This record gives sequence, structure tokens and C-alpha cells, in this order.
Amino acid sequence: MTTQMFGAPIRRKEDPRLVSGGGRYLDDLGHDALAAAFVRSPHAHARIVEVDAGDAVDVEGVVGIYVHEDLPGRIGEPLPLLIPHPTLTHGRTGYALARDEVNHVGEPVVMVVATDRYVAEDACQRIRVTYEQLPPVVGIDAAREGALLVHDDVPGNIAAHMLQEVGDVESALAASPHTLTLELDIERSACTPMEGRGVYARWDDERRELRLWSSTQTSTGVRAAVAAKLDLPLAKVECIAPDVGGGFGVKIVHPWPEEVLVPWAARLLGRPVKFTEDRREHFISAAHERGQLQTVTVGFDDDGRLLALDVKFWHDNGAYTPYGIIVPIITSTQLLGPYKPGAYRCEFWSLYTNTVLVTPYRGAGRPQGCFAMERAMDAIADELGIDRTEVRSRNFILPSQMPYDHGLLFQDGRPLKYDSGDFPASLAKIKALVGWDDFAAYRVEAEAEGRRVGLGIGCYVEGTGVGPYEGGHIQIETSGRVNVSTGLTSQGQGHETVFAQIVAEELGVRLEDVHVTTGDTRKMAYAVGTFASRAAVMSGSAIALAARNVRAKALRIAADALEVSPQDLEIVEGTVRVKGAPATSMSLGTVSVLSNPLRYAFDEAAQAATQFAGTFDPDKPPVAEDDEPGLEGRDFYSPTQATFANGMHAAIVETDPVTAEIRILRYCVVHDCGTMINPMIVEGQVHGGVAQGVGGALYERMAYDESGQLLNASFMDFLVPYASEVPTIETDHLETPSPLNPLGIKGAGEAGCIPVSAVIASAIEDAEGFPISRMPISPNDLWELRRQHAAGEIPSLHRATRSAARDAGTTEATEAKETTA
Amino acid sequence: MTDVEALHDVTVTVNGVRRTAAVPARRLLSDFLRHDLRLTGTHVGCEHGVCGACTVLVDGAPMRSCLMFAVSAQQHEITTVEGLGSAPDARVTPTGESLSPVQQAFAECHGLQCGFCTPGFLTTITAYLQENPTPTSEQAREAISGNLCRCTGYQNIVKSVLRAAEITAERRAEAEGDGETA
Repeated sequence: MTTQMFGAPIRRKEDPRLVSGGGRYLDDLGHDALAAAFVRSPHAHARIVEVDAGDAVDVEGVVGIYVHEDLPGRIGEPLPLLIPHPTLTHGRTGYALARDEVNHVGEPVVMVVATDRYVAEDACQRIRVTYEQLPPVVGIDAAREGALLVHDDVPGNIAAHMLQEVGDVESALAASPHTLTLELDIERSACTPMEGRGVYARWDDERRELRLWSSTQTSTGVRAAVAAKLDLPLAKVECIAPDVGGGFGVKIVHPWPEEVLVPWAARLLGRPVKFTEDRREHFISAAHERGQLQTVTVGFDDDGRLLALDVKFWHDNGAYTPYGIIVPIITSTQLLGPYKPGAYRCEFWSLYTNTVLVTPYRGAGRPQGCFAMERAMDAIADELGIDRTEVRSRNFILPSQMPYDHGLLFQDGRPLKYDSGDFPASLAKIKALVGWDDFAAYRVEAEAEGRRVGLGIGCYVEGTGVGPYEGGHIQIETSGRVNVSTGLTSQGQGHETVFAQIVAEELGVRLEDVHVTTGDTRKMAYAVGTFASRAAVMSGSAIALAARNVRAKALRIAADALEVSPQDLEIVEGTVRVKGAPATSMSLGTVSVLSNPLRYAFDEAAQAATQFAGTFDPDKPPVAEDDEPGLEGRDFYSPTQATFANGMHAAIVETDPVTAEIRILRYCVVHDCGTMINPMIVEGQVHGGVAQGVGGALYERMAYDESGQLLNASFMDFLVPYASEVPTIETDHLETPSPLNPLGIKGAGEAGCIPVSAVIASAIEDAEGFPISRMPISPNDLWELRRQHAAGEIPSLHRATRSAARDAGTTEATEAKETTA
Repeated sequence: MTDVEALHDVTVTVNGVRRTAAVPARRLLSDFLRHDLRLTGTHVGCEHGVCGACTVLVDGAPMRSCLMFAVSAQQHEITTVEGLGSAPDARVTPTGESLSPVQQAFAECHGLQCGFCTPGFLTTITAYLQENPTPTSEQAREAISGNLCRCTGYQNIVKSVLRAAEITAERRAEAEGDGETA
């Protein structure tokens, strides 16, 4: 190879198209389609008494108006519960259109199909729905209390109650020299990709076939669900994820009500139909995440080593549980981070509330788990007067202890067993990057200027690349063009580029000759989807394996034609040649010609593969018994378990002594996702994750009032950070390869956002001298905490008291120094 | 039966081409561009003027096309992302696209991921650099602080602004050099 492909910061193949307006996102398709719009519940909890569409039917351009009673067969049944779990004893899902009852503001009640969206919304406004309001359950406290119920048949609002324990926590706690209990609170946020959800369907009445496009993270999932709902053979449904304008988790949920209703309407009406979610709909009808209350009790020795960890948390799962309890399971397992917890018990309750449903958002339960663990680590350090990094270091799982089995089941139903990682090395890197040991001096300088600064840290481990599998298919055309397909989808991760890098490297072809298709069930029918930082690990590995198959076949055919041994051949820039004698060669395009015995020559090159060309063994068939025509290969990658990436972040924040404004002065990241395919893209993923983490730490919250109205359902009021709010992100990488897959890679997509709330809380706490237990935190919140602290309602950190005592002892020296200056 | 909406002929010059379509008075400029003229490069991210994804240049100035009616654009000149590549200092890439300095800089600096918000950044930055050809890093950050991106964390968009300024200067120097030779 003249150019290194794998591991290089190659510019993205998709960008020239995307920067010139050539992207094709969902609403860029189907200009001739009818538009669907929805009447959505204005109430958090109500019975539907009557729907009166009398004034809407006559609106010029209205084609159809549908309520639940219009939905036939399986379309009218509850949406699927995608991930059942034995502890999810009271799983509930909604209907495509609400039946009798609504359980959150934004639940779809009526669908209008019209000539365009303007007309459809006109009609929606003329539809009168009479509701009988029911008392709503809003917030975890109300859900936990259980006095009011979201679903009449779910006692205590408890969808799931799960307990995992390793060791004997009760006796380990009783035997611990020190114990601490923390009460923690994380509020809701949401993915809010710049492009909302959307679906577009065309029904071919002659062929009885459905083709649909969805802004989804799983086109195979949508295809299967829609085929089942519409009672169509799978062979008669195709689903394509076009360019997708961000996902971050919300688009893995499927089928959304609209993904069922739009194809159904397209078939019913015999006309293409499209739904494009607007921003308000995204806030009230898609999904949120993060909301948890946690009680964390730690037992530890005099050195700060964990002896017991006892966690209880209450998870707000919103009105329904279509995605099961994946998020709280992840919290309960990934909470452990890079540490050995001693005895560990985690018990959680997943609770219904009359709010938008809760499904994975980048990080998927990990930010909450990391928050719990890292708050505990800081509390231990403070209790014992030990440096916060030292306490962490004493509890690390060491490289020599890998693979490390926690004895728990992870979100994929498989063991929580870390494959690799070098946590001491990561810690050394983050300390160096942020200048951990120099901070005390910096703080003294800042304080002399009347500024208040703090330093924070957060560590995490992220299980990435969960199964069950992904596949890769590679086909080399007679022109030398290499077509690659994998079934999972893309939402901006640069898959066209990184998968092409893998193929270019494995096959020995030029990057520009490789063309990658993702998320198209016509090209690859077997796939799972893009979530859990799994695309590079799963599809990357599958594509590498497929490329190796193709390479082996190419070498075999070329060796035969060139009358040499395959071992003597190499492939360089698309040419198969004899090592050391490059003149003896043939292009992969020619190999492709030879791989497909022909009767008919479609061009001059193809003549070489026709039946009267060349010599052949008359006793052998043109295609050998165990072979197939064509220069192509397919393979699947299905690991026994997830691979575990890790990282450590540190930040310096400044809090305004007067206004309580919080500013991030520096933000540092050390990230280890194993071998990197493209460091530029990995870094971009980290940047984006950190920005979302900053949003979740300082700005983003879902402001529900007591009646279940979301008060900030717009970008005006829900504060996604602009460039002015995101600090410069300083990064460093460690590459500890995964032993589990052929490329040594681990996932990178979610990492950036996982520890940010923990890090910022750690830094604010360090600046303020009292504990921070609730995120996000606004200047108002901090102001209020300062007031409570001043009033003696919140204790000081021990280190604040200690340093005050130390300052008192050294006042003279400091004064003398200032005089000298 | 409700009344059929009255249609208005709207004529605008988009990316140098005069275009006319008959649309209702309430048709947003963003929908007009996307669905009537089928220039789908302009994206709509919030419909209330906050995210900036739909930003186009109206007579050279960045405007949020979701906050403007098509009829208000009557006889104005509009540049969308599809038109940026026809700028005199655009260059054709090996893959065939013609990219302006700002577009080129985004591709070089990994200034985009999903690409949905990107057209709004490209138009905004194009106009900004015409007024401020040599921004500092802080000024570049300020210049993009009215547009939302959920993917990149803005780090590489700031870099792209600075790189676009460099490329613009390079191409200008190149063009002037060519002029002298001629």
C-alpha cells in the first residue's frame, strides 16, 4: 500500500455531497406525496370522550381523517414491546392512535392526510376532541408515591423492579470502617437531532409492494415491524434510511406511530404519503431520557478503597415502555465504571409517569450511572482528605486484571466482562493534560484576583458494540468499482468513509473506488441498527471479514489465471500482482470478469469470460460446486459480548461570586476506544458528545409543570448549547485494542457525553466548597444552593473546612508574600 | 366547504436563475425553496428562527427562510447552499462538486457530521467572511453562535471558518497572480 488507509485522518467521502446541498434527508424526498399531520393530546392524562371532525372533512385538500376505530387488525393493536425482560412485569405500549385514553401531552389521537402540510394542519385545527381529564402523575416523587396511577392496572406505577447483587452488601457495609450515603437527582433531557423524525411511504398497487423511507436508526427493524403491522410478506416491504439528520438514540425506537400509520394510509389511499415531524412534535411526541433519583451508599476503608456499594434508583420511564428497561439496566451496570466495587447491590424501580416516553439518548443511562459513581468517589476523597484522583486510582481495575468479570448481566443479556483497558495510563494522561497537580497554584492566583475556580474529574467505562450481529457484503464490478453494503444506518458518523477505509486497507484498493451503502434493506436485509456505539465494531468487523473473503477469492482466481500460487500475490491499488514481479498482474476488474463465467459478452473486457475464450478443464463445471459466480463476499460478525471503551474527563470551571454564572474555562478528554479507524472522525464524535454533555450539565432540562405540560417545548426555551456555550475541547487518546474483534476496535459514539455532568458537578463543588448532588445546574440553582449553604442547610465540604483551617495557619506567610510582591 | 386559497405569483432570482411559482400568501420561503422550487439543500430544523439551519442569503444578507414568507421575497435575489458552488472562487473537486472556500473548508476540517444544519452555517459564514475576511478564533466562534449544531460541538466549525478565510485569501492571491500573468 502506498497510502495508509486504516487509522489515518482521511477526509470524509460524504462531505462534498453534503456541503453542496446534495444531501437527501427524509423531507427532501417525495415532493408528490400527501402530507400527514396529527391532532395530539393537549392533556397529560385523559379519557377521550368524543372526536368531532365535522368541520374538518370539508377543508379543501383533505383526503382522509382517521381515529383509532378506523385502524383495522394489527394496526389497531398496541405497538410492540421491543425488548421484553423478565423483570418488566408491567410493560405497556401505546397505540398508533390513542384508544380511549391518552397518557401524555403529544400522544397522537387523530391523523389527517391532505394535499400538503398547511392544509393538513388547517384540518387538525378544526377537529374538536372532547376529553375527560384524569389526574396526571408527573415527576418521580409522584410516581413513587403511587397515590395516582398512570395505568389503572399497574400498581405503584412500577413497570419493572430489578435487583442485581454480587457479594453480600449488607455485611460488607456493616464491616466497613466508613460509610457515606448520597441522594442524587438527574433531570430529563433529550436527543433533539436537528432533523426530527419522518417517514415517507409509496405503495405499488400492481405489485402489492410497499417501499418506505424513514429517518431511522434501524431500517431492518422498521421494515419487519411495518410488515408485521400491515400483514405484508417481508418480501413485499423495503425500507431505506436516507441521509439522516442526527439520531442520538431517539430514532432507534420503532415503529413510531407514524411509521405504522403513514404506510397504512399510503396503501389505503393508493398514493404516496409523508410525515415530517416538526420541532414542537419532537419535544412532546418523540422521547426523552435521563430522569432518575438515586440513593448511593458506599462503604470504604481508611485508604478510600470500596468495600461495598449499595445503589437504589428510581427511573422515570414516561408513559410507555416500548424500548423495555434498557436505560436503567445500563445505569445499574455501567455505574461501576473503571472500579472494583467490593460487594455490589443495585436495585431499581422503573416508573410510569404521564410524560413523553423515555428511551435511550446518547449515553443511554450511563451519564446517570457515572454521575452516581463519580459523586461517590469525590465524596470518599473529601471524607478522607485524599486527592480525588488518588482515591480513583486505588479502586481501579488494573490492566493485569483484564478481562475483568463483574459477575453481572449487561444490557445485551451477556456478562459484564471488561475486555481490556489501561485505567492508570488514562488517569496519568488526563492529569497531565489538565495540569491536575498545578491546579492548586492556579487557584491561589485566581483567588488573589477575586475569582472562584474549581477542578473536576470524571471516569467512565462504556460497553460498546453489543450484538447480536451485523453483516457486510462486498462486490467488485468488472470496472474495478467496489460496492460495500451493510444494513445498519448512518446519522452523521462518517460510515461511508470509515467502512471504505477498512475495505481499502483489507482489499488493497483505492479509497475512491469504494462505495458504501448503509441502511437499505434492498442491499442488506440482515441487520440490527445503529445504537450503543456499535457501528464501527459490528459492521466494521463484518465488512473486514467480508473483505478478507473477497480478497481470498480474488487471489485464487488471479493465481489460476496468472499460473502462480496465491501466496505469491499481493493486491496494490486495485491490481493483483506477483510480489517482486509487479509486471505480472491483472486488475481486480479483470478478476471480476473471470469470476463470472459468461455466455454473453456485454463489452470487450467481458469477452475473456465467455465460453469459447481461454482454456478450461472439460471435467469441471464453469462454477465449481462449492463456489458462486461473481467477485463478491459476505460475512457477519457476532461477538459473544460487548467490548468496553473507557475515558476520563477533567474540567476547570469558574463560578461568578456575585451572579453565580458558571463558565467552563477548560475541558479535557482522554479517550480510549481501542484501535481508531479514523482519528479525525473519532475526535469529532468526542466533541459532539461533550457538547451534548455540557448541555445536559448546564442548560437542558424538560420543564414539566404539575399538570404535565412541557413548558419549554421549543429551541427558544430548551437550551441546546450554541458555540458560545461549548468550551474548547482538548483531547488525548489511548489505543488499547479490543481482543474481541478482528480490528481491535471499540465504539466511540456515545463516550463524549457520559461523564460531563459528573465532571462539571465535581468542578463546581470544588469551586464552591459544598456538595453538588443535582444536575443540570443553572446559575439560579447555584445561587439558591449558596443561599442554603450560607444558612447552614447544606454542609461544607470537608476540604473547604480543612483548607480554611490551613489558610488560618498560613495567613502570615501569605501576607508576607503579598507584601514582597 | 372552505375557500380555495388565493395564489400569488412569486418571482425571485435564486442562485442567479429567475424562478416563478404561484403560491399561497402564507407559504414560507423555506417551503417555497424546498418544495416549490425543489431546492432541498436548505433545511428546516425548528420552524421558529432559533436553529438557523434554514438560513439563506437574501440580497447577500443571511436570513432565516422559515421566518419569511415567499411573497416577501418577491423580486429579491436569493442564494441557497446549492448556489454557493457557483461563486467565482469556487473550485471543482476530484469528485466533481464545485466548492466555495467555505464549503471546501468544512470538508477539510470535518466541520460537519450529519450535515443537516450545515447549509445554514455555510450561508451564514459566507456572508460573514465577506464583511470580516480575517477573523480571529474568538470572532469566528461569535460569528457562528446563532446557529445550532447537535453533532460537532462546534470545534471544527470554528476551525472551518478560519480555514475558509485562508482558502479565500489563497484563491484571491492565485487569481491576482493569474491576472498579472495575463
